[in-house]
Amino acid sequence: MGTIFVDLSGELKTLFLSILGALPFFLGYVALILLFMFIWRFIRHQLTPAHDYTSLKTVTFGDESAVKSDTAASIISVVLIFVFWGAFTGSGWLPSPFHAPGPFTGEGRFTYTVEASDGSRADATVFVTVFEKGQAVPEADIDPGSGPAKNDSLAVQVYRSKLLSWDANDEFKRKDGARIVAVDGRPIDRRTDVETSIGRVALTDKGTLNFEPGKGWQMEDIWLPSPDSVWKRLMSVGRDGYQNVTLAEHLSYSLFRVVVGFLLGALVGIPLGYAMGLSNWFRGWFDPIVEFMRPVPPLALIPLVIIWAGIGEQGKIILLFLAALWIMAIAGRSGASGVQISKVHAAYSLGASKIQILRHVIVPNSLPEIFTGARVAMGVCWGTVVAAELVAAEKGVGKMIVTASKFQDTDIVIMGIILIGIIGFGIDILMRMSEKFLVPWKGRS
Amino acid sequence: MSSLVLDNISMRFDLPNGDHVQALQDVSLDIKSGELMSVLGPSGCGKTTLLNIIAGFLAATEGKVMLNDHIVTGPAQERGMVFQKGALFEWMSVRQNVAFGPRMNGVRKSQSDPKVDHLLDVVGLQDFKEKAIYELSGGMQQRVALARCLANEPDVILMDEPLGALDALTREKMQGLVLKLWKETGKTIILITHSVEEALLLGERLLVMAPRPGRIHKEYRLPFAEMGVGADLREVKHHAQYNETREEILNMIWNMEEEIMGRTEGAA
Repeated sequence: MGTIFVDLSGELKTLFLSILGALPFFLGYVALILLFMFIWRFIRHQLTPAHDYTSLKTVTFGDESAVKSDTAASIISVVLIFVFWGAFTGSGWLPSPFHAPGPFTGEGRFTYTVEASDGSRADATVFVTVFEKGQAVPEADIDPGSGPAKNDSLAVQVYRSKLLSWDANDEFKRKDGARIVAVDGRPIDRRTDVETSIGRVALTDKGTLNFEPGKGWQMEDIWLPSPDSVWKRLMSVGRDGYQNVTLAEHLSYSLFRVVVGFLLGALVGIPLGYAMGLSNWFRGWFDPIVEFMRPVPPLALIPLVIIWAGIGEQGKIILLFLAALWIMAIAGRSGASGVQISKVHAAYSLGASKIQILRHVIVPNSLPEIFTGARVAMGVCWGTVVAAELVAAEKGVGKMIVTASKFQDTDIVIMGIILIGIIGFGIDILMRMSEKFLVPWKGRS
Repeated sequence: MSSLVLDNISMRFDLPNGDHVQALQDVSLDIKSGELMSVLGPSGCGKTTLLNIIAGFLAATEGKVMLNDHIVTGPAQERGMVFQKGALFEWMSVRQNVAFGPRMNGVRKSQSDPKVDHLLDVVGLQDFKEKAIYELSGGMQQRVALARCLANEPDVILMDEPLGALDALTREKMQGLVLKLWKETGKTIILITHSVEEALLLGERLLVMAPRPGRIHKEYRLPFAEMGVGADLREVKHHAQYNETREEILNMIWNMEEEIMGRTEGAA
């Protein structure tokens, strides 16, 4: 117990420190938001002074009706994300003046100073070529120069590092006690590295030099690929597929699971909810089951479903069925029990039978609740299917990104995440549109 | 001759804590066909309970309700209801709401349509037939509720504070409409209200109920409903007897409320 507390407080401290480290960036971002706000307000003020009703309100802070989503802010916010993304990945979509400083490539040099065991010193120059990934450059032929220390040449790929056995051609040898004491005139030892204009030079335990070309501020492709390379990947994967499975196949498998699982869940859940909303006995019977199962995250069921049904379609559909079932049952229950008694009384007084009241009063009256539930259920199902595919699947968009992450195809991972987001958003928009069409009276009675 | 008879209605139910409530005690009434009766009383006097028993939504523990010589056991279309609000079906148009009763009873659309159209004309909604319910104002919604009730041709119309949620001006217009419909259709109407003025204007018979236990305190027979048909209701309000009766009933209810307050404070 005590160790748990100590461990967790240690974690908390680490977390707190990293939050503290991120704070300047966060504050900078907030400052940027405010800056754009003032700029945009100024521009709008100059362009077309608004004369609508809201513009005449003097109290807007706290007036919910005066707060609308500002389209300009949305556009700037999204554009800014792409600008940041492009700037820190050296994207071709962004003019190079906007790029963050990139890694060093090309030719450069640094000098090192050797001190022999007798105390005599000599300098030599290392001619460095830093080449782009995939264009291996041979070590250049250089003039070794005179003196006991001879010049060296070094070819390194960008973002990599390379050891230099400087004494291979020197008269001062490490085995005779010679050691490097300075780089570019600045002292160096095992604990002190030297930052040159082209990269970092370090001294290893064995006394050789380790050169690491300057990385600049940009992200390496393996961490964060540029937006244009993600787009290119989308095009190529869309055309040729990834690992013998087309993108359309991945996406349609995921969507198929969601739609079938959700429909089954709704087909069982809604009548179950109605039964719970309309009968004491059914409410009593299913309340403990539904109330217990609802807080269990569907993701927690994945291991059990895999044990029972394997990783094929059946298991996925059972999982999504369970994810949708409880949500739809609760939506059906609150829809059925939410009907105003005066509506039911009125219908009885107009001569309706029980079946007619169910068909013409209770079901239509519950539609707004059903739709709210369906939107939540679709969202949960979409999240669950991706997670289930991450764990085990043969096809599906979740499977695609987890495979890509194993091969460090970060661009596919990011492409997959964006697609998952767009599809989830699209599902929600579709649900909202059908809700507006089918339940126009919602919230207006 | 159809008539509504309440024969010694009592209603008593248990509370979870073991107490019991005597909501109504020995209520007897004989309402003739075509009578317009308003029911008034302080809150808790059981007037809504009484209406629900007549409608058949509640069972009386003693006594019986008879309509046209048969005993009422549940809701039926012979007794139409008009509620204060929220009883219209938002998923249907105005016309569909009014046609709901005939449709439930298997009347063909071609047969019920002329009647529905006529009723919508009568309540003044001829230009709103295809509108959605949520597009109508509160007053218009109550017009739909009246038309929907009439479409089923009930013998008795039960109104539970039908104008209670309307603003004063709309309310006055609707009172005129209720009188007009009463006179034109000749239906028996029982109307529950909180407003003394409304009870006076819309009650051929006016029943004042008293609480704890709910019972009939006093009954009036008034000429104002008859006077108000087709006339300016504000004229009726200048009548001397109107003001006199109003003061009397207000005092009566005031005293009842005082008594309730006193008793509650005494108990506490």
